[in-house]
Order: sequence, then structure tokens, then C-alpha cells
Amino acid sequence: MISIRNIVKEYAGHRALSGVSMEIEKGKVFGLLGPNGAGKTSLIRIINQITAPDLGEVLFNGEKLNQHHIAQIGYLPEERGLYKKMEIGEQIVYLAQLKGLSQAEAKLRARKWFKKLEIESWWKKKIEELSKGMQQKAQFVATVIHEPELIILDEPFTGFDPVNAEIIKNEILELNRNGATIIFSTHRMESVEELCDSIALLNLSHKILDGKVKEIRNQFRTGTYIIEYEGQGVQVGSDAPFTALSETIADDHTQLTLRIKEGRKVNDLLHYMLPLSNISKFEEVIPTMNEIFIQAVSKQK
Amino acid sequence: MNKILLIIKREYLTRVMKKSFLMVTFLVPVLFIGMMSLVVYLAVNQGGLGDVKKVQVVDESGWFANKLQSSKTIQYSFATDYAATKKTFVKNGYDYLLYVPATMNKIQLFGESTPSVINSGKIEDELTRVARSRRLSEAHIDSAVLANAQTALTVEPKQIGENGETDANVMAKYGIGLFCAFLIYISLFLYGAQVMRGVIEEKVSRIIEVMISSVKPFQLMLGKIIGVGMVGLTQFVLWIVLTAVLSTAAGSAVGSKMAAMQQVQTAQQVPGVKTAMTANADKMEPNKVAAVIHSFESLPIAQIVLCFLFYFTFGYLLYSALFAAVGSAVDNETETQQFMLPVTMPLIFTIILSQSVIVNNPDSALSVWLSMIPFTSPIAMMIRIPFGVPPLQIAASMVLMVLGFLFTTWVAARIYRVGILMYGKKASYKELAKWFMYKE
Repeated sequence: MISIRNIVKEYAGHRALSGVSMEIEKGKVFGLLGPNGAGKTSLIRIINQITAPDLGEVLFNGEKLNQHHIAQIGYLPEERGLYKKMEIGEQIVYLAQLKGLSQAEAKLRARKWFKKLEIESWWKKKIEELSKGMQQKAQFVATVIHEPELIILDEPFTGFDPVNAEIIKNEILELNRNGATIIFSTHRMESVEELCDSIALLNLSHKILDGKVKEIRNQFRTGTYIIEYEGQGVQVGSDAPFTALSETIADDHTQLTLRIKEGRKVNDLLHYMLPLSNISKFEEVIPTMNEIFIQAVSKQK
Repeated sequence: MNKILLIIKREYLTRVMKKSFLMVTFLVPVLFIGMMSLVVYLAVNQGGLGDVKKVQVVDESGWFANKLQSSKTIQYSFATDYAATKKTFVKNGYDYLLYVPATMNKIQLFGESTPSVINSGKIEDELTRVARSRRLSEAHIDSAVLANAQTALTVEPKQIGENGETDANVMAKYGIGLFCAFLIYISLFLYGAQVMRGVIEEKVSRIIEVMISSVKPFQLMLGKIIGVGMVGLTQFVLWIVLTAVLSTAAGSAVGSKMAAMQQVQTAQQVPGVKTAMTANADKMEPNKVAAVIHSFESLPIAQIVLCFLFYFTFGYLLYSALFAAVGSAVDNETETQQFMLPVTMPLIFTIILSQSVIVNNPDSALSVWLSMIPFTSPIAMMIRIPFGVPPLQIAASMVLMVLGFLFTTWVAARIYRVGILMYGKKASYKELAKWFMYKE
């Protein structure tokens, strides 16, 4: 869908992107992650053709990015905004027309969306009269009304209460099921695990990590497990196939966090523990995206 | 192209539908007519709005007693005892005491407050008139002979051109030139500032990023400029139409009122007392009015209108592009000051010069140069046009104007495309230069 090849972008005196490449697959949800100032917005602006890269190129379905692609992209910027003095319905229709819809078509679709999001009665209201959540909903409609192939969402959930955030999340997933590719820029990691198929992590203008979410999490596995057993006081000898990291004792059971020694297997661990204790729970500790994020970013420093 | 039309439509409609637009559009002609009516009223009543001053006259010379004629603003009454009157005239409701000693060498005007220059001048004139007519009759000069002797000669300026002689009423040219120049000056500021505010609004409300993910910054800027320009033209057309309608209505009302007033005045005058002077004035007025109307007819009206439209349009396009660039460089309206000065400087400079140098010397080198430079020519050329400008100069000025517009818009657009995405940074001129140099 989108191939980003060796993008370099420099602003007066500082580098926003240095040689960033990535592939965004059609029909997937792609997470663009990174701390503030990593270059996410710069990259998004390049995909939106708001700015052009100094070096490198972006391909849209194998074709070099050009003005015709504008109608196929929907963009929800992090800094939301609409014309304050304009009626909301009129405004959505206007923005849809700028994306190439006819007036009649734009009106029809806007009505449909307003109904779906239960904001029909606000059609004639001016933006300044609406609550922040309402404005965000309207802006979301403006982003997707022209049924773009690619939807770019920069922190889409900020400003929504949990109920409305859930509604918007479901709308995003539905759009994705209907074939839209989604680029999702955020630093809220829990939503990444929930939504994204693959991610790229930017830090200090460099891409430091990318791939499928599952694979990345596997990459970051450290062989750490949690074992919970009844009672307490299992003495772990030096011959054990693991090293204990920490132990918490609560009432009648103990939780042991441990790391398997190199070359040993999970089965070895269980063999060792079974005769000594009555195991009630056993699981692998796979690092969360949040931990991976912090780890990757701090490693680069 | 289609997108620019959409933007123009929005910019135009949102402004025209505003209540403030309707207010301004309808109030300005009303105020204009009101002001004109006031001027006419004051002219007709000759400052009759001020109160009447009562003057007590003590004449020891015997020249003026019962001869000073009261006017609408000054009423004379006569007394004899100087010392007593001086004590009581204020108490008796008089404003001034005019004391003429027997020798007439030290005429004095007393008042509780200092008599105004205008009032003492009027009294002086009246004294002079009475004294002069007495002296003349003492010299045995007939008043009929005197009236004949008071001849006023006027020079009629004529301009010789290809079409033969034309009347060249300088006053009409002054008037029309300055009027057009001021109109352009005011509207450049008015609508330029609207463009600037529109750009700042888009920046502040943060819709700009959504907009330019759909259209190019240049399209957005141009759409806004053209949209606001059309609002300006609409407003002008409505002003002209409304003023014409209202002034026709007001004119007929005032006209009938004036006719009625004249009748009253003639009726009030005792037959035979009508002086030679007023008779003269009555005869003069229609001629003068006709002359002014005639001189307006002799102006190159079509040329003035066409040039006005041209210079208004391109002057507006040039300056509003600059205003748009200023708007893009700042985060709010208060920050615009530092950039506004250099943008508006040429305009202010020209309008000041136009009232003195250009209008008095429309063919001087300075005037010609100012009417060539695109930043100053919309104003300078409009002043010069009524006096006649060689076609070659007009053509050169227009070509330069178009080139200037293209160049400024190019520069402005380069600053604009970067500026609209910059937040929080206080832009300096160095910064603007950097933005201008960015590749894309």
C-alpha cells in the first residue's frame, strides 16, 4: 500500500527524519510509534503531501505519491480544528467536497454518518457551540467521509471520554474490516496491542524498530516466567534450570518470577518444580509494547 | 481549479452572510448621506447651528447707531450710556458690548468670555461695511456706480489636447483624484486586514492542517484572497446603489424643503430693501453649480472608472497577498504589528504625499515614479489620471503593476506555505527569509 523509502527531511538546523524506510501493508492497522519529537508528524505530513521530503520517496500502491492520491487519504491531525463560526453539517460537506465528492453525495454521506454517531441534531450548530467530544466526532466524520483507502489517525482517542473512545475505536475497526488501511500514530501503548497488526518505532529521527506486533514481542522475550504454587518456602538450589528473580509470598501461596538458564527448556523447569510444589499457575512474561517502547528508546540513548 | 472555486465560495458566503456585513453595508450609505445632508444644512444655514449672540452697541461717534444690520448669528441693539451699559449688559442678557468712542480709533468689544475670532470678525466686517458706505456717500459716489465698479473676474482654465479644447477645472480634478485615491487606500487596508484575519483564524483554530491535506497552500491563499476581494466588490456595488437610491430620495426631500425656505426668506424681506449684493449672489449660484457639473463632465470619466477598477483589483491582490503572508507568520493578531509596518508603509507614505506633492504637481518626476512603482502606483496613479497621463505611462504602470502582483504573490506564497504550519515560534525577518528559501 505505502512504501516509504529512505526519507530524509531536514528543517533549519535539525533533522526530523534520517533515512527512514518502512512498508505499510494493505488492509492492516499500522502503528507509528515514538516519543514526542521523534519525527512522526513529519513523516505523516510527507505522506499527506503537506511537505515534501528532502531525499527519498513515497510510493502509494506502487505509484509515486502525487496530487491524485489526496482523495484517497483521510487525515485526522493531532491538533484538531474546524472553522468555529461555521455550521457543523455545512462544514463537513465543504471538507468532503474538497476531497472530491460532489455536493449531493457529500450531504448524503454526512447525514448517514451523523445518524450513525448520533449527532444528527447538531447539524445546524456552529462548532463553537459544541462540546469538545462533539467536535472530535465531527472531525472524525470529516476524516473518513470520502471513504479513503488510507486513513491516518494522529492520537485519535485524545479528548474522548471512555464511552466515545470505544465508539470511535469500533468505527475504526469496521473501516479496517471494510478494506481501509490505517496508520495509527500514538504513544498510548495499550491501544497499540489491541489494534495494530504491525508497528514502526521512531526515535530521534531514526526508525529503531519495526515489524509485526507479535513478532516484535517475541523478539523481546527474555525467557522470564511466573510460577505460582501453594504454600511457601521452596528452596531453589544451584542445580535448578533457572534463576529466581523475585518472590512474593501472599497468605497461602507464593509467586516466583524466574528466568530460564541458557540452553534449558520450559519442560526442564516444570520437571524441577513439580516434585517440590503444587503449581496453581504458570505463565510466560512477554514484555508489553510499553516495556518494549521504553527499552528500545532508552537503549538508543 | 475546482477546489479554488469551492474555497472562494466558502470565503465569500461566510462573510456576506454575516450580520456585521449587512450592518456595514447598509449603515455606511446612511451615514454618508447623513453627513452630506449635514454639510448641506450647515451651508444653507451658514453656521446657523450656533446660538445667536446679542451685542449691545454704544456708539459715541454717531456713525453706526441703528445702521448695523443684525444677521442670523449676531443681533445688535443700541444704547447710549457707556459706563452704565458696561455694568449691566451681562445682566440684561447680552453677550457682548461693542464700544465705539467718538474718535473711532479704539473700538472695543467686551464680553464675559473672550469673543471668538469668527464673531469679532463678523462684527468687524459689519462695521467696515457701514463705515465704507458712509465714506463713499460723503464722497458723492452713487451706489449704482459702486455696484457696477465691483467687478469680479474669473479665469477659466482650458486644456488643449487632441480633441481640441476641454475645460480643465482643477478643483474637480483635485476632488475626484483624491476621492479615488482615498477609496483605494481605505479598501486596501480594510480587505487586506480581512484576509490577514482569515489566515490567522485558520491557524488559531488549527483547521489549517486538515485544509492543506486536501488543497495546496497556494490554492487556499488564492481562494481566500479572491473570496474576500469579491466581498469587497459586492460591498462597493451595494454602497453605490444604496447611496444613489438614498441620495435621490434625500435630494428630492431636501430640494423641496430648500425651495420652501427660499420662499419664506423672500417673503420675509421687505420689498425694495433687497440689496444689490444678495441679488448678485442669487444670480451667481446657478452658474457656479452648472460650471462644476460641466467640469465633471469634461473629466475622462470612462478612463477614471477603468483605471480605478484596475488599480483597485491589482492593488488589492498585491497587498492582500502580503497581508496573508503576515497572517501566516504569527500566532495571533497582536503579533502582527512588527510586520504590518513595512507592508503598510508605502501606502501611508503615498497617501501623505498625494495630498501635497502629487496633486499639486502631477507631472513631476516624483509623481511619475510613484505612479510606476507597483506598491505606490494604485494611489499615485489615481491622483494623476484626472489631470491627464500619457497613455504610454499608464501602460507601463499597468504592466509593472501586474508584474509586481505576480512577484509579490510568489514571495508571499513561499512564506505562507511554511508559516501556516509553524506554531509557537516568534517569527523574525531572518526566519521569514529562511522560510522563503525552503525548497518545498
